[in-house]
Amino acid sequence: MDYFLELFLGGLTRGSIYALIALGYTMVYGIIQLINFAHGEIYMIGAFTALIVISVLMSTGMNPVAVILIAGFVAVIYSCAYGFTLEKIAYKPLRNAPRLSALISAIGMSLFLQNYVLLAQTCDFLPFPNLIPDFECIEPFAHIIGSTDVVILVTTAVVMIILTILIRYTKIGKAMRATSQDRVMASLMGIDVNTVISFTFILGSATAAIGGVLIASHIGMINFYIGFIAGIKAFVAAVLGGIGSLPGAVLGGFVLGWTESFATGYISSDYEDVFAFLFLVLILIFKPSGILGRSEQSKV
Amino acid sequence: MLIIKDIHTFYGHIEALKGVTLEISEGEIVTLVGSNGAGKSTTLMSVCGISPPRTGDIHFMGIPIHNLPPHKIASLGICQVPEGRHIFPHLTVAENLDMGAFLRNDKRQVRRDVEYVFELFPVLAKRKKQSGGTLSGGEQQMLAISRAIMAKPKLLLLDEPSLGLSPLVVRQIFNIIFKINEDSRTTIFLVEQNANLALKIAHRGYVMENGKVTIADSAGNLVRNEEVKKAYLGI
Repeated sequence: MDYFLELFLGGLTRGSIYALIALGYTMVYGIIQLINFAHGEIYMIGAFTALIVISVLMSTGMNPVAVILIAGFVAVIYSCAYGFTLEKIAYKPLRNAPRLSALISAIGMSLFLQNYVLLAQTCDFLPFPNLIPDFECIEPFAHIIGSTDVVILVTTAVVMIILTILIRYTKIGKAMRATSQDRVMASLMGIDVNTVISFTFILGSATAAIGGVLIASHIGMINFYIGFIAGIKAFVAAVLGGIGSLPGAVLGGFVLGWTESFATGYISSDYEDVFAFLFLVLILIFKPSGILGRSEQSKV
Repeated sequence: MLIIKDIHTFYGHIEALKGVTLEISEGEIVTLVGSNGAGKSTTLMSVCGISPPRTGDIHFMGIPIHNLPPHKIASLGICQVPEGRHIFPHLTVAENLDMGAFLRNDKRQVRRDVEYVFELFPVLAKRKKQSGGTLSGGEQQMLAISRAIMAKPKLLLLDEPSLGLSPLVVRQIFNIIFKINEDSRTTIFLVEQNANLALKIAHRGYVMENGKVTIADSAGNLVRNEEVKKAYLGI
């Protein structure tokens, strides 16, 4: 039973990270119907920024908790700046072009950002210190869950609550929902669609950066390629849940996390990715709109 | 209030508007009639900034708007009910109305205006919590007009409000359009294929053909105009 619980919680942690990244995919898709393939790179840049800040601050002998908080904050700001610029440079000029053009542009940006970090940093794996403190209160459960997992779960929950409130009740959130449903009509109602799109990219980048810092702390090392793998997995999560749907992205993340965790634990860790993608294939065959996705219904 | 001067609007290489000139004064109902593809909807889209004209000027209350993005034009007080209604399908009726009031900050007055549109269209009050996509065509048209009322526009642009609706609903909607103009002196620019109906409530009208305005006259004269009768009124 303990083993099952351990796998369950491990899957939940993993799934939270996928969910955090998948939210960015799904929000951007909801607004401009584009799969932002460079989204994983934003997450990677978040992790790298955090590592740089940590390296600098640790040498000053600052309190580790303060260091990781500051590093996380700077990583979010940096990633947001990248996400914002990415949209302005690579997608905005292609707003009215065929969808394929923007998709190719996204893949190009993904490759560019990977190689840019490769050149600017290194191709080796870099150690990422885990500055999240050990909580004494979870000591009795230490055999099934670690402090880092708890922090990941709580952070993810908080981010999701904030995001839900933002989208449901604030003015910009309402503008986002309207824009995603009918862009022309939204602009006729006085919504500045460009601002909404930029904001969406910023929001997605922020959640990706938070995910990046958390998972880097959890795994303990990063390189320029982590964004690609995580990006693909999060993309699977977004499609699983139904692309364009926020609860879907979260659910998809968890389902994917559990699938991987249980497959690793009960079958073999070699098959982790096989199961993840097998799931994607099955979903695409039997319910192409995803678990919570709504199939496009158009009325003439 | 609205002055359109010799605008040419293109879709790619196709010139949809070949020099349209017209004028609307405050408090008027002006209609633009013409057959399919004459450029009526394009004229509205040009005013709104969705398909801005390549050349020519559009002035709204003295402000040149032909170079402004749609949301800026909306903020000046122009609101369009586009052809096909364009209800936000996954927002509820109440949320759709709320989107109409997006630019407004006077919350109390907004609430009063919601009551006002529910009075105009009681069926919407019943459907308040239903999502927009589940409404019937007529209800969607009512919602689209209500949403535009919520924006408190100075100039209301209506594109084919009668399209695809039963005669009974059409009559109801045209009564309301007339009432909006009477109640709040909202200027209305009405594009309509059903020239009969449109000319009944309008003060003045323009007839469009092939991207050009061919006749401009008072509604009464247009109804009596032999050419208009033959081509658009089916008499």
